[in-house]
Amino acid sequence: MAYVAVKGGEQAIENAHAWLAEVRRGDPAVPELSLAQIEQQMSLAVDRVMAEGSCYDRGLAALAVKQARGDLIEAAFLLRAYRTTLPRFGASLPVDTGAMRVRRRISATYKDLPGGQVLGPTFDYTHRLLDFALAAEGEPPPPAPEAPAEETAMPRVTGILAQEGLMAPEAQSDAEPGDLTRQPLAFPADRSLRLQALARGDEGFLLALGYSTQRGYGNAHPFVGEIRMGEVSVELVPPELGFPIEIGEITVTECQMVNQFAGSKTEPPQFTRGYGLVFGQGERKAMAMALVDRSLRSAELGEEATAPAQQQEFVLYHCDNVEATGFVEHLKLPHYVDFQSELEKVRQMRATAMREAAE
Amino acid sequence: MTSTAGYNFAYLDENTKRMIRRALLKAVAIPGHQVPFGSREMPLPYGWGTGGIQVTASIIGPDDTLKVIDQGADDTTNAVSIRRFFARVAGVATTERTSEASIIQTRHRIPETPLREGQILVYQVPMPEPLFRLEPRVTETKRMHALADYGLMHVKLYEDIARHGHIAISYNYPVMVNGRYLMAPSPIPAFDNPKMDRMPALQLFGAGREKRIYAVPPYTPVRSLDFEDHPFVPIRADAACALCGSRESYLDEVVTDDRGGRIFVCSDTDYCRERQAARRRDAAE
Amino acid sequence: MTEAPLLEASGLSLRFGAVPALDDVSLAIWPGEVVAIVGESGSGKTTLLRVLSGLLRPDAGQVTYRDPEGAALPVHDMGEAALRRLMRTDWGFVHQNPRDGLRMGVSAGGNVGERLMAVGARHYGSIRAEALAWLERVEIDPARIDDLPRTFSGGMQQRLQIARTLVTRPRLVFMDEPTGGLDVSVQARLLDLIRALVADLGLAVLLVTHDIAAARLLAHRLLVMRHGQVVEQGLTDRVLDDPQHEYTQLLVASVLAA
Repeated sequence: MAYVAVKGGEQAIENAHAWLAEVRRGDPAVPELSLAQIEQQMSLAVDRVMAEGSCYDRGLAALAVKQARGDLIEAAFLLRAYRTTLPRFGASLPVDTGAMRVRRRISATYKDLPGGQVLGPTFDYTHRLLDFALAAEGEPPPPAPEAPAEETAMPRVTGILAQEGLMAPEAQSDAEPGDLTRQPLAFPADRSLRLQALARGDEGFLLALGYSTQRGYGNAHPFVGEIRMGEVSVELVPPELGFPIEIGEITVTECQMVNQFAGSKTEPPQFTRGYGLVFGQGERKAMAMALVDRSLRSAELGEEATAPAQQQEFVLYHCDNVEATGFVEHLKLPHYVDFQSELEKVRQMRATAMREAAE
Repeated sequence: MTSTAGYNFAYLDENTKRMIRRALLKAVAIPGHQVPFGSREMPLPYGWGTGGIQVTASIIGPDDTLKVIDQGADDTTNAVSIRRFFARVAGVATTERTSEASIIQTRHRIPETPLREGQILVYQVPMPEPLFRLEPRVTETKRMHALADYGLMHVKLYEDIARHGHIAISYNYPVMVNGRYLMAPSPIPAFDNPKMDRMPALQLFGAGREKRIYAVPPYTPVRSLDFEDHPFVPIRADAACALCGSRESYLDEVVTDDRGGRIFVCSDTDYCRERQAARRRDAAE
Repeated sequence: MTEAPLLEASGLSLRFGAVPALDDVSLAIWPGEVVAIVGESGSGKTTLLRVLSGLLRPDAGQVTYRDPEGAALPVHDMGEAALRRLMRTDWGFVHQNPRDGLRMGVSAGGNVGERLMAVGARHYGSIRAEALAWLERVEIDPARIDDLPRTFSGGMQQRLQIARTLVTRPRLVFMDEPTGGLDVSVQARLLDLIRALVADLGLAVLLVTHDIAAARLLAHRLLVMRHGQVVEQGLTDRVLDDPQHEYTQLLVASVLAA
């Protein structure tokens, strides 16, 4: 029989891509999604893609969501690959979340506090009943009632605790933080690197890890000191000017978890902080990040580290979904060559085993 | 195909290429040692050759001729995709012929045709750490490499022989480079290991997701680990290629029907094609 | 004992916070000598062993090891590579818990063979023959050479750890409560085995134990520790039969009473 080696990989790929384009668009009788629609009406998807794609651009994130057919990990990947090609002009000053134009701010540790509790646009307290009215196209909802703008200060809860000396102070440093998009991780990784990795880490992975710390895998006694979401200014000092100028505004969600700490030989009992900060409105991610940040501090706080969420290498090497999805999915690439070696090896070992059994 | 306007030659910007070339120089200076580098996100997924692509992108020039293989073949999907990527972002000449290529990027094979001086073989590496199945902590494996503390690897080989009668590693078979560093040759079949030893071409290894680069300079000794009384034996299917008749090349097994019928063909498509052409020429003469 | 000491320590001090774990401790051990460090829990004896073997750095003082060529090496300043090399050649460490000294996922033969391979043995047949001989020597059925240690009893695990440590014929072995976690009947058998091996191989041993009986059986010399200080030292029989320090008297009396 005549065997002809498989050929035509190139043509097959082109055909597959053509099919993908067709499926992406779906039924042409249905109107095409615009980027504005995705940006406006799928805004949390856009936020998540910006966070995990670590690139703040709502338009590009919306494009990525559209191109990825709603697959948010694929969309984050597209955005990351684009981000790689962008020139780097400089680093912004640290954003001041204390000066945030707050749309949401809640604390679980104080019933009331300066600035008050501001619920903002939240799913909390909604009944999770499918709203069939949304299935029918209708009029936009009436605008939500607005309170007169108050210029009350909103001090951060951890600051209130710190005034009493109850909050462990964070090490202050003007040293330039590491950059894990430029330098590979080295262990032990300092906190700034850990927070960077967590900020772009996969929401699902961090959620499960944070959850595990609540279930006894790790030593967590967390309270939500404060969650705040809103707009902060981004400032840059251009070298030719020498003073900061505002270059724009971004939406971020910040979570500060307050954890009891029993104290050590050198430290009195006090509260310690777990910190989460993500692009956009990403409360679940910010909370999970804060839980995991705190458990990763076990070494510096002299706590016994036995749980997965306390293992730096385990958490940081596995939280990036672009890395993870690539490596998991690479298993579908051809492995004929290795498998052939395995076949020969298994046959050889079986032959040995059979021979021994026969003797 | 969308436009590539706005992208630099070979995709990466020149500063990134320089950073990678610095890592490559260090890797060449310390054969088999894994050099961390600032691996970038690439438009192809991690695990699909991002390390190899970054290495190729930082060494390729307009005069280079590139060959890309996966499983030894030029026309497997991933090889096609990477070759097209470089044709698109670097506009370089590509070839399927081993002897014509100045740079060969590979996944899982070393070409059968011996490489010569001046050629560069770029391996795509999924897990650069040869010890990772025995010791998952990178902090610990780094220390083991620093101290050349490789007893653990030999324990694994010992255990294989005790249990199976021989070393049960058929691919990604660990090697000692220049008598100093234990190195993962990437998942090439153990059959290919001897080709690495004192190879006239430069061998570069890129692991994108793990952010490591390593190298074997030309003519460097590369030894597969073994025992004196259980020497390393490269294995291949005991058959001849159904297309070119080779009894020396590494073979893929092809299942031809559902009654157990199978034939074997060369995994290196270029080698096989050359041999078939030579046979036709001989027949015509 | 006219030669120079194998290991010599002087002025060792170490504090954990406010607690002095070692307070100006000095000692020396000569080739072929068994020295026991006794004291109750928290007396600093395990800390001393960790400092002497280079695992812990003292706040003050130094430890010197004399290699087979007679060179005096500063244990805490020789660098990690040299220390690790020492740990798999001239030295051995027997842990109280065999899990700390064995690879539980590796067969008994592999455990014994690891040190041989780490120093360059590359002949499978001879490594295996040596492992078999050592299993026999520590009274483990050689038929179990391919079994995992987790299928062994506690006493067998401890004997396997000893075989694994002694296979490369170290000159100096650190033992941390080697009979600690075992039943009394098993302890006696293990002590006999250790005594025979030490005599056969001419090993120097630094033994940490809170078991006075074990110390009497194995040790030539005894150091009694309390609150990080050596309160008394001397030949084993002298110290135990005629204790000078009141703490030693208490320690000996408590054993007799028990």
